[in-house]
Amino acid sequence: MGKITNEELLNNINTQFGDKITVIGEPYGLLTLQTSKETIIDLLSFLKSSPVLQFIYLTDITAVHYPEQELTIGVVYHVHSLVNNIRVRIKVFIDGNNCHIPTATTLWNGANWMERETYDLFGVIFDGHPDLRRILNVDDMTAFPMRKEFPLEDPNRVDKKDYFFGR
Amino acid sequence: MSDIQIVGAPAGVEGAGFFATSLDKAVGLARANSLWPLPFATSCCGIEFMATMASHYDLSRFGAERLSFSPRQADLLMVMGTIAKKMAPVLRQVYLQMAEPRWVIAVGACASSGGIFDTYSVLQGIDEIIPVDVYVPGCPPRPEAIIDGFMHIQELVKTESTRRRETPEYQKLLASYGIQ
Repeated sequence: MGKITNEELLNNINTQFGDKITVIGEPYGLLTLQTSKETIIDLLSFLKSSPVLQFIYLTDITAVHYPEQELTIGVVYHVHSLVNNIRVRIKVFIDGNNCHIPTATTLWNGANWMERETYDLFGVIFDGHPDLRRILNVDDMTAFPMRKEFPLEDPNRVDKKDYFFGR
Repeated sequence: MSDIQIVGAPAGVEGAGFFATSLDKAVGLARANSLWPLPFATSCCGIEFMATMASHYDLSRFGAERLSFSPRQADLLMVMGTIAKKMAPVLRQVYLQMAEPRWVIAVGACASSGGIFDTYSVLQGIDEIIPVDVYVPGCPPRPEAIIDGFMHIQELVKTESTRRRETPEYQKLLASYGIQ
């Protein structure tokens, strides 16, 4: 466990963002918050610059696609306080047809590639990103492959059976 | 009698003090026994190829002593491993930079057909972008299989006419890949 408990961390955040965040839960002791795309950058910059919390390390930015929800794309931020050895996860749910969210490159240069990857695989557009283009897939690809909108492989196809490959 | 094996002479007319054969056969013999490969190794098949190059299997026995990582003077493009769609233009450029005559061997399931990576980001076989002479099956193929594929290439090279590259069929094949 870190030097700060989740309660202290939550109280600290609540003083600033009381009504703008909701707690999703604490799976495996990892405090998980939900906020809106208007608040996210303020929240991240508060976490980073607060002299008490010092969440100076951005672990990851990624997304999840929930086709059954009203707001289908959940952008997930993981930040880590190297000083206090504590992590926090922040989720922002946005509309899948209009995926806009402000960029975190204003806070961490490391967010650049993470956001490019999230754009590449989920189609989330990070407004203000200096160079938002695909990073993993070919540039002329039109799909966002990690979205759950593609049919699964035809179970009846026979052209890739194991015995063709000596397996 | 030494047990060193040397390449046998091609079919020809033999007499006292002379030996006559066709230029095709002589050139084929020379080319087949000094194939210079360009290993394009992207994954596990490449590791298997390293074993093929090493002392136990010793690919150099076939005159393939100079493994070049440059298209310059290379005859045989050996593609070993998964070729992602993003890698495809690079592979094609390497092929285009090789001088004729050139041969291509696709080693392993991935290079031959995409293998287990039946997905949006992987090229489903390098024959979608460049012509292939020999496919080596296996996932990964053992060094013996790679050597077998190599010897199949040698057979092709031996029996190929020196004029094959000028034939309309060959030009048509290259044109079907958009290569002039």
